[in-house]
Amino acid sequence: MNANIVNFAYLLAGILFILGIKGLTKPKTAVRGNMLSALGMLLAVVVTLLNLGAIDFTYIIAGVVVGAVVGSIMALRIQMTSMPQMVALLNGFGGGASLTIALAEYYAKLGTTPGSFAELLTPVVADSSAFGLGAEGTVALIAIGLTVLIGAVTLTGSFVAFAKLQELMKKSYGLPGGPIGNAVFLLAALISVGLVVVDPGNVAAMVAVVALALLLGLFLVMPIGGADMPVVIALLNSYSGIAAALAGFILGNTVLIIAGSLVGTSGLILTQIMCVAMNRSLANVLFGKMAESGETIDADEVYAGKVTSAQPDEVAMILETARRVVIVPGYGMAMAQAQHAVRELADAMEARGIEVEYGIHPVAGRMPGHMNVLLAEAEVPYDKLVEMDRINPTFEDTDVVIVIGANDVTNPMARDAEGSPIYGMPILNVDKARNVVVIKRSLSPGFAGLPNPLFAMDHTLMVYGDGKKAVIEMTTALNQA
Amino acid sequence: MDILILLLALFVLSLFLGVELITKVPPTLHTPLMSGTNAVSGITLVGALLAAGNDSSPMLVNVLGFIAVTLATINVVGGYLVTNRMLAMFKRK
Repeated sequence: MNANIVNFAYLLAGILFILGIKGLTKPKTAVRGNMLSALGMLLAVVVTLLNLGAIDFTYIIAGVVVGAVVGSIMALRIQMTSMPQMVALLNGFGGGASLTIALAEYYAKLGTTPGSFAELLTPVVADSSAFGLGAEGTVALIAIGLTVLIGAVTLTGSFVAFAKLQELMKKSYGLPGGPIGNAVFLLAALISVGLVVVDPGNVAAMVAVVALALLLGLFLVMPIGGADMPVVIALLNSYSGIAAALAGFILGNTVLIIAGSLVGTSGLILTQIMCVAMNRSLANVLFGKMAESGETIDADEVYAGKVTSAQPDEVAMILETARRVVIVPGYGMAMAQAQHAVRELADAMEARGIEVEYGIHPVAGRMPGHMNVLLAEAEVPYDKLVEMDRINPTFEDTDVVIVIGANDVTNPMARDAEGSPIYGMPILNVDKARNVVVIKRSLSPGFAGLPNPLFAMDHTLMVYGDGKKAVIEMTTALNQA
Repeated sequence: MDILILLLALFVLSLFLGVELITKVPPTLHTPLMSGTNAVSGITLVGALLAAGNDSSPMLVNVLGFIAVTLATINVVGGYLVTNRMLAMFKRK
């Protein structure tokens, strides 16, 4: 097929991707946007296939069939609460695809057929002209090296993120020396990339890049805790896009560059939003721990004798007389699978003429927008999901706030206690409401390891126990009242 | 060098376009945005097809190409399907 026709089709595919993301700016147009984007993908793939001509399609057909089956099963069976795991896996596969493309391109241009592991390490005679004329060859080699590096980091990093989200890996491990250990690995990997660029026949250096980058991905994510996962997932999302764009430079393929850079910026912007919402720098999330506070705050001192607990039916009595209620969900709601129960409680309140809204903190849950998806699954209309900046001014006119499974994002110390590790983090000002009900298993601290003075306030009631059970009991009591 | 400069221009302009587009996506749709962009990054399937279908290349290249095709297809099919599933829930109301 004429190369111009192929590239014109790629341009059309790129336009469809852009329109697809544009559709995502409104819930109403989002489904259509996703379809347009999928159409663009179909176009790009079909044109590429047609352009391949008469070749052996065995590997292609096998790969597409296996991938389509695995992908459909994953997409159709995944629970909405497990969406962060799904996205983590998809990030990893994206990184893995870029990694293997770059390696395939490297060995194809090299023209060697290593038959054993030993041969894989034996240098061959080659120079950059095999990869392109003059500077083009050098740039192609740099792109191959970086794609391998980023792809491999994304692959293993995403699998660690998956293991953490699935709670297969509960502890945090790291390299001795933490950030310094990681920096040494990164530097070694970059030097190996340099060796490949200088002497493309140095296959051992290429194998070293793969090995070092795979390990670096493990060590980067292993020390990071569960509540920081929104940042990690967003960042790995960005990496998978950057790897795709770099692969575009290797192949001189325009649609890979357009699509890859859109994904790369998307991930970076989400990473930035998450970091701002936690008042932490990216470096701090990746390499640091929560800042050490000057004095340790004694939980007993905060809570002693000041915490009031209540039963669900007592909460229902308060709700009866309320006019406006705000529900603040956190990761605990996902853990308890309580989103449907919460919607039913909201229905019961609305049936009594109570105004109900949901206050969503940007880092509530384990990935950006996690709470919104769960509540959408429970058929909560999206206009009731109010973001932090818009819901905060309304708390003073709110009769009851129900906090379910959220902790640090409601901690007033972030606003009031200068010198506290979380000072400066934007929070939901739920303590400004007339009554606060906190549904929680115990008084145990959240991810930041801090006591929450909100729990000890005079107008706060603690309802201990399983979130779903407590909410159902509230609904029953309210319906009987 | 000409073609490289063109590709670089495309890359940089796409980055700026990306920023303009993504900042307009509301927080409510951030999860579908991530899974949807995951599907888009499955565009590596195009590169994977070229690698897997390379007739003259050694076996190792075909095997790597097969792995790449499989992984990229999972991304494309899984990404679009799961995004569609989520967005359908948002559309109901």
